[in-house]
Amino acid sequence: MEFNSNLPIYIQIMNLIKTKIASGELNGGDKLPSVREFSKEMKVNPNTIQRVYQELEREKLVFTQRGMGTFVTEDTDIIKNLKKDRAAELINQFFLDMGSLGFRIDAIKKMVSEWTNKEESI
Amino acid sequence: MSNIVEINNLTKKYANKTALDNVNLNIERGKVVGILGPNGSGKTTLIKILTGLLRQTSGEVLIDGNKVGVKTKSAVSYLPDRNFLYKWMRIEDASHMYKDFYTDFDEAKFNELLAFMNLNRSMKIDSLSKGMHEKLNLALVLSRNAKLYILDEPIAGVDPVARDQILDAIINNYNEDSSMIITTHLVRDMESMFDEVVFLKDGQIVLTGNAEALREEKAKQIEEIYKEIFGEG
Repeated sequence: MEFNSNLPIYIQIMNLIKTKIASGELNGGDKLPSVREFSKEMKVNPNTIQRVYQELEREKLVFTQRGMGTFVTEDTDIIKNLKKDRAAELINQFFLDMGSLGFRIDAIKKMVSEWTNKEESI
Repeated sequence: MSNIVEINNLTKKYANKTALDNVNLNIERGKVVGILGPNGSGKTTLIKILTGLLRQTSGEVLIDGNKVGVKTKSAVSYLPDRNFLYKWMRIEDASHMYKDFYTDFDEAKFNELLAFMNLNRSMKIDSLSKGMHEKLNLALVLSRNAKLYILDEPIAGVDPVARDQILDAIINNYNEDSSMIITTHLVRDMESMFDEVVFLKDGQIVLTGNAEALREEKAKQIEEIYKEIFGEG
């Protein structure tokens, strides 16, 4: 993985895992790789992965069982909320990008409804 | 005390050049520290003082609480930026040499690392490519159970496959009880390995801190910060 955004690496890796949970690539109860395996896979310092797991645990997206490892939460409400949060982030980013192209809300709404009509007709 | 290295007001002058100018630096146990700077910034001078190969002009350097000397040499495993094995040797002989020299050399670990690096004990030193040399040297250095590993430019001039093997070996070797100092000017390839980074320019520390905190504060990756400090050239 190339870490080329302006965010700290631990946040980039957290976002990667969040996306996997939101998309269903990782399911509730799935085991995450050990800190060492994951740090090798990502080619980052093990302390960084430790931090990723700590922060995800603080956000209640994963839980740690002593001696067993780190697992994705089985709480479906938390996963639902995560999906909503990720969607809100995408929409926010979309409006920012469109705004930087000079489009106002009304124009964007019009374009989105035109686009959905076209999709529906296919 | 939790610092493996303490450097206070360290200055090194050659005849008419100041290579290190009042350097202050503490390194905690269990941390991987990147010392970043272009050639001639003082990285190798600093490392040679830590390993006892050079004496400072003034200032104090403590490793594990002791002044640099016989005692600290056994605590430090050092990868120089040049080859240190004889050409007539086979890897087998290099292993024996390390076993004779260092009581903390773990031969089983060395054999594991050799296999990981796709090397074997019967290979002759003078038949190895640059990447293979670097992998062998690193395997020897990491096979010691040292308190401090000092790696001087571990990936300079090696191909991408060897580079990945070297990075993996460094990550595998990481443990909470020992620390690592790695110098490099190849910041993009190595920046995700560091807990702390130190920018060395003309013998002075111009910026130092936790790598993630610096990324957060400056909203830039370490490589971008490096380019800012040292110019694109």
